[in-house]
Amino acid sequence: MAGERTSTATGLLGWVDQRLPVVDFWNKHVGEYYAPKNFNVWYYFGSLAMLMLVNQIVTGIWLTMHYKPSETEAFASVEYIMRDVPWGWLIRYMHSTGASFFFIVVYLHMFRGLIYGSYQKPRELIWVLGMLIFLTLMAEAFLGYVLPWGQMSFWGAQVIVSLFGAIPMIGPGLVEWIQGDFLPSDATLNRFFALHVIAMPLAILLLVVLHLAALHEVGSNNPDGVEIKKKKDAAGKPLDGIPFHPYYTVKDLFGAGVLLVLFAAVIFFEPTFGGLFLEHDNFIEANPLVTPEHIKPVWYFTPYYAMLRAIPDKLFGVVVMGAAVMIMFLLPWLDRSPVRSIRYRGPLTKAAVAIFVVSFVGLAWLGSQPGSILQTLMAQILTAVYFLFFLAMPFFTAIDKVQPVPERVTMHD
Amino acid sequence: MAQQPADPGRRRFLTVTTAVVGGVGVVAAAVPFLSAWKPSARAVAAGAPVIIDISRLKVGSQQIVQWRKRPVWVVRRTPDLLGALAGETDRLKDPGSDMIDQQPNYAKNEYRSLRPDVLVLVGSCTHLGCSPKYHPEMQPAAWDEQWKGGFFCPCHNSKFDMAGRVYQGSPAPTNLVVPPYHFVDDNTIVVGVDPVQEVA
Repeated sequence: MAGERTSTATGLLGWVDQRLPVVDFWNKHVGEYYAPKNFNVWYYFGSLAMLMLVNQIVTGIWLTMHYKPSETEAFASVEYIMRDVPWGWLIRYMHSTGASFFFIVVYLHMFRGLIYGSYQKPRELIWVLGMLIFLTLMAEAFLGYVLPWGQMSFWGAQVIVSLFGAIPMIGPGLVEWIQGDFLPSDATLNRFFALHVIAMPLAILLLVVLHLAALHEVGSNNPDGVEIKKKKDAAGKPLDGIPFHPYYTVKDLFGAGVLLVLFAAVIFFEPTFGGLFLEHDNFIEANPLVTPEHIKPVWYFTPYYAMLRAIPDKLFGVVVMGAAVMIMFLLPWLDRSPVRSIRYRGPLTKAAVAIFVVSFVGLAWLGSQPGSILQTLMAQILTAVYFLFFLAMPFFTAIDKVQPVPERVTMHD
Repeated sequence: MAQQPADPGRRRFLTVTTAVVGGVGVVAAAVPFLSAWKPSARAVAAGAPVIIDISRLKVGSQQIVQWRKRPVWVVRRTPDLLGALAGETDRLKDPGSDMIDQQPNYAKNEYRSLRPDVLVLVGSCTHLGCSPKYHPEMQPAAWDEQWKGGFFCPCHNSKFDMAGRVYQGSPAPTNLVVPPYHFVDDNTIVVGVDPVQEVA
């Protein structure tokens, strides 16, 4: 309603602002969004995740211009992109390497939340929305991995879709419904393409908007876990807060520069990353009659895959794997500590987090291995440790000795 | 229209009925969208029976054909391999093939086949659908010291004997599936259709 609200802006911006509150929006989310001044290196990964999302969307759009989502043409069309499309190799490697970098950044972002208690009240919903993004991202990554229709694409799809077959009663019918055929096939590839390029990206974008809206409502946490809104100056601005722009836009630009240097180095010199980012077997076209000797998912799924494989029972294995992701949703309610940041927590919590990291990395390694008897035993132990970390959290966080938290953030200079 | 006092009962009735009718409409509209994910007529038609000629299949060898896009194995078992099936049944999860749906009735026997020597199986692991490898050698293997020949799945280490029966300790929950099939003559098998005299 033009004219009812007076804008501080003039000229064209003023004309727009009277009809669409762009100035308000900018101020609320960027110009006058006060973030704690003590962010450290861990706080790069939120904005870097956004950068990777943009990279995936842009390179993804370009890939769809040449890719053919059909059983007979998909594999050749990817090779066509790599060899014949001008700069196609770069765009494809930016997308495939980007997927791995996206997960590196997201895992570090989640770990930041874990060690600084960023999920604690009042930020529970930010964490839950973030977990939903993680879940959608996992689906997105899996669907995308099927598209080149290599051996790992096909057999990965076969294994993951079969997980739904473990559900009693409806399982087998559900698998056929998901695949649209008796096996992963043209129909499966075509619908996975639709989900990968339209449905999942829309869901991720929506969830990112909600994640940020929830964050900007309650404000950012920080490495000290101090609530900066408690101490404000005469103008009502947090004493320990600084406007996101220009302070953190500039800081994040620096982080983006560092990440892009690493990103470029991998794209140009080691795009398959020794078979971790793009598996060797995926350079062979899908063949429903020959299973590769060693089926494994891409590295970012190996911790969960190790759990699935460690359980000698189909349904229970699927349940454990699902629970491993789902239990993270409960983190805000499992943590009973009065303190947020690991800086002021006691030895119990610090030890537990360290053990958790060991179990997660150990499972990631085991999931990429063939799975000997010893490795299976190790995976079983680490799976137990993984779950124990979450299930014991209400106890060790409650009895752990915590240190006094300062009134205001500590600055390290 | 003349001003009339609001009638909350009428308003609520209209709200509820509108919501119910709208809800039914949403459910009905969901049907085509969900059904569109089912196998198409073309996919169903492509699942027709296949005819296998086994005249050139040697004793102890495996032949792989495609049926409904799945590998179907035909193996001519040696007398030694057949003999080993009777032993060690305590190491199997379902030695008597008692679990229904894993085989037609006519294959619910000691050899899980119509004819003892010829084994017909769907070559998809009942764990997560990988295709196990054929290992007919009756000697200790990396995955089993007492290996008596069978199938080993490289994906998640499930083990099956020469009748496709799953060993205990394998992640696969059930024996390998025996598809419906019958012999037209000694060397011709039709996979996908039961024998005429015995409808399962």
